[in-house]
Amino acid sequence: MTDVAAGSLRRRRSRSRRTAFLLVLPGAAVLAALFLLPIAQLIAGSFSDHAGALVHYRRILAVPVYLLVLGRTVVISAITAAICLVLGFPVAYRLVHAGPRGKAAILLCVFLSFWTNLLIRAFSWMVLLNPNGIVSHLFGAMGMPGGSVKLVYNLTGVLIGQTQILLPYMILPLAAVMSRLDDAYVKAARSLGASPFRAFTAVYLPLVRTGTLAGCVLVFTLSLGSFVVPALLGGPRDMFLAQLIEFNINQTLNLGFASALSTVLLATTLLLYWIGDHWFGLGQVWGGR
Amino acid sequence: MGRTLRRGRLGAFAVSAAAAVVCVYLLVPSVAVLPLSVTATNFVVFPPHGFSTGWYQALFTSQVWRNALISSFSVASLTTLVATPVGTMMALGLANFHGWLARASNFIVLLPIIVPTIVTAVALYSALAPLGLVGTIPGLALAHTVLALPFVVINVSAVLAKLDPRMVQAARSLGARPLAAFRLVTLPNLLPGVAAGALFAFLTSFDDFVVALFLAGVGAVTLPVQMWSGIRFEISPVVAAASTVLLATSCLLLALQRLVRGR
Repeated sequence: MTDVAAGSLRRRRSRSRRTAFLLVLPGAAVLAALFLLPIAQLIAGSFSDHAGALVHYRRILAVPVYLLVLGRTVVISAITAAICLVLGFPVAYRLVHAGPRGKAAILLCVFLSFWTNLLIRAFSWMVLLNPNGIVSHLFGAMGMPGGSVKLVYNLTGVLIGQTQILLPYMILPLAAVMSRLDDAYVKAARSLGASPFRAFTAVYLPLVRTGTLAGCVLVFTLSLGSFVVPALLGGPRDMFLAQLIEFNINQTLNLGFASALSTVLLATTLLLYWIGDHWFGLGQVWGGR
Repeated sequence: MGRTLRRGRLGAFAVSAAAAVVCVYLLVPSVAVLPLSVTATNFVVFPPHGFSTGWYQALFTSQVWRNALISSFSVASLTTLVATPVGTMMALGLANFHGWLARASNFIVLLPIIVPTIVTAVALYSALAPLGLVGTIPGLALAHTVLALPFVVINVSAVLAKLDPRMVQAARSLGARPLAAFRLVTLPNLLPGVAAGALFAFLTSFDDFVVALFLAGVGAVTLPVQMWSGIRFEISPVVAAASTVLLATSCLLLALQRLVRGR
């Protein structure tokens, strides 16, 4: 290549890079002014108090109720992820191995649910699960002690609502991994004499492990930040971290403490995102609310 | 051999049955709101007693609910108008970034999806309150623009990645100036992605509750925020009617989006 041609190419490249920067500029400005800067201020605000930099964080660690809320949020989220895995696995499997019509039907269920506003779904569950609701009556009719079991405004209600809302986030990454899988491995195991159960546990499960873990990390993380379901379907004992944040802003007007709680939630989420992305390729599937 | 085969078939049947039950579980709360909204009783009950469209009349004649509907549509429209061009330009620019710059920018663009909405809501609340933007339609639309931007960028980038760069090169080699090549080749091919991005932006805003809870104040109460107070203070079938309207709008927009993408 002649020097003149190389020079012109370089010029053109630097011009296209300048255009690229100009195109990105408005979006970058929006994100910087309305997202990155406010978040930075929130973090800074959580450390600045006239009584000392760490006063809010000390309070989180010192007051048992706050630790209890944090612990509950983590434990309920972990249980939710486990239930989602158990319930989501067969759906993802059917989705991948179904014909075009079955696939469309399953995807319709998943996406209709996914795009129904959280409040609508929580409201529906409140009505369906209430002591005089249809679920209790069905339990009663089947001879189960439905009347005596409380299904809502307690842990059961939170788990039913939370699992239903987060299931799509388990089903989709699982199905993505399953569809990339080569069926030949399982067939080989079967032809070598493995029982269906053994072929499943010894060959299939290890092959879909990344998708399983990706789904679990995603569901767990999304659950940590949830607000609507615990607020509407839980009892006073099932308070989540997000409710504590909302309470400190709208009720006690303690913005500094709310910022510290938010920073804890943010740091945990980013750490989990990094783990999920680094080890299970979660960056591809992360999305939604 | 026969026994394992039978057991295998039994296993497959069990998987299908479990999948069907979970699918019903997924659908139930979305489907239940419709019957809830047409009950003739003045309390919510499933299955409904009688049939009445009175709750829809109540919804559309009540000043509070009408205002909420108008706020929702205004905020979502404003969000779409801002997020779509800004996000499209951003996707076009990001396509020319390479290496670490591309990785870093992609991560930053995705951040509003990754960060828990409650954290974004608190941060936006403390940033917009001193500016007097809490409780205003433009303030809430600005906040929703942050949530919607990643979805526009994702949708446009997806179409952009499938675009054959040789088409633009061909236009250029036939004498088109860069801007003409962009207008005549890139832009028409990009339109489905831009349209999908716009619909996602609208839906993201229309569907948001958590950010609106903090920023709605009294001047920008959207449908979800009004539903929230409806659910908390009186469980009336009006809430079910409002839910049905909200759900129908989302379904309509998603069907529209499929249509756009299908073309």
